[in-house]
Amino acid sequence: MARIDRRRLLRLSGAGAIAAGSGGLAAILATGRAPAYAQGTSLHWLRWADFVPASDKLLKEKIAPQCEKALGIKLNVEMINANDLQARVTAAIQSGTGPDIIMLLGTWPQLYADSVVDVSDVAEEIGRAQGGYYDTQRTLATIGSKWIGVPWAVGGGLVTYRKSWLAQAGAEKFPATWDEYRAIGKKLKAAGHPYGQTAGHTFGDAPGWWYPYLWSWDGKEVAEDGKTVVLNSKETIESVKFAVPLWKETMDEGGLAWDDSSNNRAFLSGSISATNNGASIYLEAKKKPDSYLTESGKPMKDDILHTKIPKGPGGQFNLGGGFTDILMSYSKNQKPAKDFLRWVHTKPVFEEWFTSQQGYTSGATMEWEEDPVWDVDPVLRPFRDLPRSGRLVGYAGAPNRNAAEVVTKYIIVDMYAKAIQGMAAEDAVKWAHEELMKIYG
Amino acid sequence: MTFTSVAAPSTYAGTPKRGPVTRLLEDERWLALVLLIPTLVLLGLFIAYPFFKGVELSVTDTKVGVPGHFVGLQNFEKIWNDSIFHVAVWNTCLYTFVTTVFKLALGLWLALLLNHHFKGKAFTRAFILLPFIIPTVLSTLAWKWMFDPTFSVINWGLFRLGLIEGRINWLGDPNLALISVIIVNVWRGVPFYAISLLAGLQTISPELHEAAAIDGARAWQRFRHVTWPLLLPVTLVIVLFSVIQTFADFQLVYVLTGGGPANATQLFATYAYQLGIGTGLLSEGATISLAIFPVLLLVVIVQLLYIRRVETH
Repeated sequence: MARIDRRRLLRLSGAGAIAAGSGGLAAILATGRAPAYAQGTSLHWLRWADFVPASDKLLKEKIAPQCEKALGIKLNVEMINANDLQARVTAAIQSGTGPDIIMLLGTWPQLYADSVVDVSDVAEEIGRAQGGYYDTQRTLATIGSKWIGVPWAVGGGLVTYRKSWLAQAGAEKFPATWDEYRAIGKKLKAAGHPYGQTAGHTFGDAPGWWYPYLWSWDGKEVAEDGKTVVLNSKETIESVKFAVPLWKETMDEGGLAWDDSSNNRAFLSGSISATNNGASIYLEAKKKPDSYLTESGKPMKDDILHTKIPKGPGGQFNLGGGFTDILMSYSKNQKPAKDFLRWVHTKPVFEEWFTSQQGYTSGATMEWEEDPVWDVDPVLRPFRDLPRSGRLVGYAGAPNRNAAEVVTKYIIVDMYAKAIQGMAAEDAVKWAHEELMKIYG
Repeated sequence: MTFTSVAAPSTYAGTPKRGPVTRLLEDERWLALVLLIPTLVLLGLFIAYPFFKGVELSVTDTKVGVPGHFVGLQNFEKIWNDSIFHVAVWNTCLYTFVTTVFKLALGLWLALLLNHHFKGKAFTRAFILLPFIIPTVLSTLAWKWMFDPTFSVINWGLFRLGLIEGRINWLGDPNLALISVIIVNVWRGVPFYAISLLAGLQTISPELHEAAAIDGARAWQRFRHVTWPLLLPVTLVIVLFSVIQTFADFQLVYVLTGGGPANATQLFATYAYQLGIGTGLLSEGATISLAIFPVLLLVVIVQLLYIRRVETH
């Protein structure tokens, strides 16, 4: 570890004090140096293990040392499986000890709102400086006007598909409506290239497909008052009725047991022709062009495109997934943690990470739409516009604790899964509606 | 006077001085208590405290990071009306019953085979323990690959043998999914039964078998009237442990199916985790965990009473 002598410490601390005193991010940018802390100040940042491993490597090997140099804070970045994050948060909150900052997915910040520090000052600064947050990201990270977390980035799904196979089935362009999607899918499945989607209990891809599917048919969980359950509607029943033949005629039926990585494997192995996913499939194919080949021996990456799911009577959406950093109220390093969040979101620092994602995530603020990363690879460019068509769980209400319970109980996913397994559409919707009534009661 | 001088002096020069603690520990009652303290502390910390904490949580509306208020039996009423909980109860009972029957039958069969002398006996006995030794999560991940709808080696094998024409959707079909998790549990649990029953078998004196053989008893009769009655107390204890463990099984289902598809493999523990950790509803999670308690208590009482009866006879 680099030694800091007394003079240097005073100098750095002085700059830090000026920066902190004169107004956060702007001051950090103006002085070119963020507040420094005494040696020994360390921050523990818990995150998911990224689907783009290069980004995790960058955080550990480059950004953490930069942080120590710039702020005098030793940054300990810990990455764990996304499925294990909630267990860690629960243990940390209940025991009052653990990571200072935790990056959460989707609606999770809403579950822990009582155990986090108000970070409105940090979030508002970043938002103002970077073109404003997308509505979905603001909603996920706030309760009323209070920011309970600082949005980090936006994840989400688009349909990743094999253009040559779709062309062979007669679709020069990706099907625009559900009827077209079904008709092409029939031919694809008959040719041994079904679509692939999960209807199992898995946190990302299952809600990532079935919620937007429901919305596209104009189905919704609750009314705008956020209390009245309106799931059992003509629209929802229609969506379930259509989902059953869609599944049987066009999908890989093993999808009922798929987890979040199953569709990646199935696509890369050439078993399926299309799946709603993040950019991870394409990025993997791009990383190993000699390993993932089409049946004609060409790199599979050159046969992949991304697009939105088909349009239904209700519109065309994706599940607005956000990554939000929450600052824990038990943390003894709240000031350094806030300064770290300001620093890591400064353009030069965040841009390094953002570029390493290659388009797997979009920025949480609109300024990142202009980033040159989107000009590098046109195949990834559709992800740039993803945040604008995002919708959140619990629609037409808020993505609150009740909405999160519906997600974690997989009620919407299971509504479709039950119908696929043979339950009448009306009964499956009735079951899900009653479960929602108990939650929203 | 001479007699007095021969008597032992009140403090013998060669005896180390005994402090009050040593003197106290010479009393067996105190010694027993001191020796029990580490166990009591461990049991208190890891069994009693979580249990009472669970009871406390179940009668409040505690959420993660939000202290709860007393709500009486409201949580129990809620889960009583919860259709997913009903499925979890049925699944857990079926899962425990079927796996226990198969584990007992296969474990006993294996133990009887291993009780014979054959070449490589020590190696085979050690090898058989493997499924039990490997961390459950790791072995279950391997099973997950074997059941994978797209890459299943089982399907591939059956297809190559000409036994199937299409794919078997092991974890996607609701009935097959439950059967699949049962298969993995049996695979993992049989070694525990086999080795424990083998230990029981080895305590049975060979002379009893010889005497029975001389009296003309055949193999089955010797098993039925000699081996089985003597093995029964051990068997009941093993079944007791196994039932408790299986009833609270979590890792296996969590890794294989996450309780899906459509809750077809949802168990008590996975549902409690889903609510307690996934949704932050700690009190409801604790209520579901606690719902196992009366069932297990009944099982334990019945079995212990039966064991006592068997031993008395």
